[in-house]
Amino acid sequence: MMRTIVLSLVALFVLAPTLAGLWETLRAAVGVLPALGYRQPSVEPWRMLAGLPGVWTSVRLTLTTGFAATILSLGLASGLAALIWARWGLRAGGRLLAPLLAVPHAALAIGLAFLIAPSGWIARLLSPGLTGWQTPPDWATVQDPAGGALILGLVLKETAFLTLVMLAALGQLPVNRHLAAARALGWGTAQAWALVIWPQLYPMIRLPVLVVLSYSLSVVDVALILGPGTPPTLAVAMLRWFSSPDLSMMLPASAAALALAGIVLVSVMAWIGVEKVLRLIARRALGFGPRLTGGRWVSAGFGVAGLGLVLIVIGAGLAVLVWSFSFRWGFPDALPTQFTLSGWQSGAGWSALGQTLLVGVPATAISLGLAALWLEAEDRRAKGPFAIEILIYLPLLVPQVAFLFGLNVVALRHGMSGGLIAVIWAHAIFVLPYAMIALAGPWRRLDPELLRAGAALGAGPWRRFFTLKLPLLLRPLLVAAAVGLSVSVAQYLPTLFLGAGRVATLTTEAVALASGADRRLTAVHAILQMLVPMAGFALAAAIPGVIYHNRRGMRGGGAA
Amino acid sequence: MRLSFTLAFSLALATSGQAQTWEETLAEARGQTVYWHAWGGDVRTNDFIAWASGQLDARHGVKIEQAKLADTAEAVQRVVAEKAAGQDSGGAVDMIWINGPNFLAMKEAGLLHGPFLQTLPNARYLDLTPGAAAVTDFTVPTEGYSAPWRLAKFVLTYDSARVAEPPANVEDLAAWAAANPGRFTHPAVSNFMGATFLKQALVELAPDRAALAQPVTDDSFATVTAPLWSWYDALRPNLWRAGETYPENESVLATMLNDGAVDFAMAFDPGAAAALVERGLLPESVRSYAPRGGSLGNISYVAIPYNAANRAGALVVADFLMDPTTQAHAQNIQVLGAFSVLDAAKLDDAARAAFAALPTAPALPTLEALGATLSEPHPSWMVRLEAEWAARYLK
Repeated sequence: MMRTIVLSLVALFVLAPTLAGLWETLRAAVGVLPALGYRQPSVEPWRMLAGLPGVWTSVRLTLTTGFAATILSLGLASGLAALIWARWGLRAGGRLLAPLLAVPHAALAIGLAFLIAPSGWIARLLSPGLTGWQTPPDWATVQDPAGGALILGLVLKETAFLTLVMLAALGQLPVNRHLAAARALGWGTAQAWALVIWPQLYPMIRLPVLVVLSYSLSVVDVALILGPGTPPTLAVAMLRWFSSPDLSMMLPASAAALALAGIVLVSVMAWIGVEKVLRLIARRALGFGPRLTGGRWVSAGFGVAGLGLVLIVIGAGLAVLVWSFSFRWGFPDALPTQFTLSGWQSGAGWSALGQTLLVGVPATAISLGLAALWLEAEDRRAKGPFAIEILIYLPLLVPQVAFLFGLNVVALRHGMSGGLIAVIWAHAIFVLPYAMIALAGPWRRLDPELLRAGAALGAGPWRRFFTLKLPLLLRPLLVAAAVGLSVSVAQYLPTLFLGAGRVATLTTEAVALASGADRRLTAVHAILQMLVPMAGFALAAAIPGVIYHNRRGMRGGGAA
Repeated sequence: MRLSFTLAFSLALATSGQAQTWEETLAEARGQTVYWHAWGGDVRTNDFIAWASGQLDARHGVKIEQAKLADTAEAVQRVVAEKAAGQDSGGAVDMIWINGPNFLAMKEAGLLHGPFLQTLPNARYLDLTPGAAAVTDFTVPTEGYSAPWRLAKFVLTYDSARVAEPPANVEDLAAWAAANPGRFTHPAVSNFMGATFLKQALVELAPDRAALAQPVTDDSFATVTAPLWSWYDALRPNLWRAGETYPENESVLATMLNDGAVDFAMAFDPGAAAALVERGLLPESVRSYAPRGGSLGNISYVAIPYNAANRAGALVVADFLMDPTTQAHAQNIQVLGAFSVLDAAKLDDAARAAFAALPTAPALPTLEALGATLSEPHPSWMVRLEAEWAARYLK
């Protein structure tokens, strides 16, 4: 009974809109767009798409930036996870990375641009003393045609994400025992990590890696800020075509949305294929008991790279902070010559903050409720996870662009577009999978003895749910809520498409302002955008200690 | 064309008999919130719209909520999507700041409410004769489907601390860029401002300007744009980053001028640079000017989608924007610096005095220095120009 209700809720809430959105996009991509008078299916959208200037460069850029970002992040994260595990341990490492993970992509991209642009803070600090520059050099350090800045921006975030995921997975492996065994065989630590631990670790983090790949191939907000413009990546080009004054451009735009979904699908399959080949080769090679040298240099290299990433993130944060108070800041002054509070005093940032919370809090609450009900239904079935759980993650794997246009058409047809409700709903579709990821592990690890004891004392399933599970899982629930809020805060395309311009969150405002003349106001939005998720995580960390101040055993919570 | 024009006019006459009076419109509008979809990239415009909302709330109980767009086409898109979904009333967009190709596209697709201009009381201050600037959008007669609200004019902005003698026309500009490679650029041509720069050059260089007032044909496009492309081929290698990439829009270009990455910015608003100086976003030494042979100018309009939820409110807003006091307030450099769309000859003495008393600023060009206004080419030219530029220079 409960199972049916939960399953149909998720189907109605997540699955149906995703599929309906895809369907509407698909229809437009084969030339059926009745509003514009196109009623007959045709290959016209694809013919138009292939003929658009720069489209092939866009496709190439999408592939190079997407794969480069994923491979670099995975490589860096593998080394950093090992270093952090050895130096700080899992818990401290997680605490170190969580704030970085909370920073929305767009805010970090803005900070990075403020830092590394030809007129950025680094150039200002070095000029004119070291460089002799009185005006910024004519260099392409952001929005470069090859997408280097875009790759760097993605790597900063995705490395942190994958490192955190790896640390979590490492907690489930007997790492110390493996390392000791390897050492007994005469292997160095680095070699043991590469040849013993990593092959066991990778299968556990495969889904997150594929999510990173899908995200990097279809990202819009970071690409708008850091990526090349003439021509841009396919996702950005598609957004431009959707908003062309020539309405017939919607046809090739829909085709591009579908093509992008296809690119993601093929890329994921190619990734899995290469994985298989590599596994075969590696298994062979491992059989010979290879000796690797230079482990010390490799770990030193990872250490430097990790430090570099951390410094860039701190520099980016400081750069937006200084800009938010600047009045006049000409090149090559190292600091503003005049300061002002006007950026913070203007109402713009604060009203966007209000809208962000107005969307984020309900979206998170709905998703968290659904996730908890889903897991509870799973418990009551007592046969382990539902096979169709993978469907919850569908919105993470299918590129947003492929179904958001269609989703908007669906929302309109049911008279619920153009407002808060539609945006909350669209956000919840993307928050739910992350809430599930954050909550499922701790939920399933909950000590069954406690529940059995409860049942033995006569507590029914609902009483156990409310008075045992939820209080015991308070910390993971709060962490899941913080994760959910940070996901909602970062949503760009869903807010743009379903908000009809009426819902202006920190993210949509920050991205719009990033292409404006006022860096001060951009900086204010970026900072607020960083602060909301951080405040969420801080609250999640503090609340259990306050509520359970007299119950030591509850403060740690069921394994966060 | 003529037939449809006559038809529209007779329809307007026919409907005006049964249409509501202005008093009825005001009564219906009271309490409405008008969702005005307007480009949100200019803080002063946003502030002006917020000011208008306060004024209208006090006078007629009508509020404005600005949906800040990155691109006007987003609003057009929205209305199309609504029509796609069969939502023929209660639409999300009540009013759009609209021009040129977007207006033409919506009008031709039957997505606009109207004609309504003649029903607005303040339309009496406009020059309504056919072909007059206030009823012609990019050479296309508006036929009452949009109401004018501000005058835009192309200007170049330079830093007088670095450039002593700015080039007086686009030919001199190419010579200046050759002498100072990497110090000039324009926004991407897919952007409105980038396209406007290209059109300015087209109008200056065209052997036959009359052809530009007509819809474009293959023949006229080839002959009229030939000098433009040879001029641009010479200019492009000397652009910032050798013309391989372009700033996204005029705001990004202004930031680059502020950083000293380039020596010029451009705007479709003579007051834009002065406004940025006031906010610390450009140095005090910048100056704006129009090319000596005159510069492109046009009037910005507002239009009402056919399915607008708050139509009466939108009509009241459109009327308020044409009020002489509103227009004088908008022309104030400390407010918007947007020149008036009204016919000076139709104003009364009080209104004229209000305009005469407006303040001035160093980065603000005088009306005389702005010189002649060149007409916009027919919108079909802009679409064709963008496509041809992309085909030639985007790889």
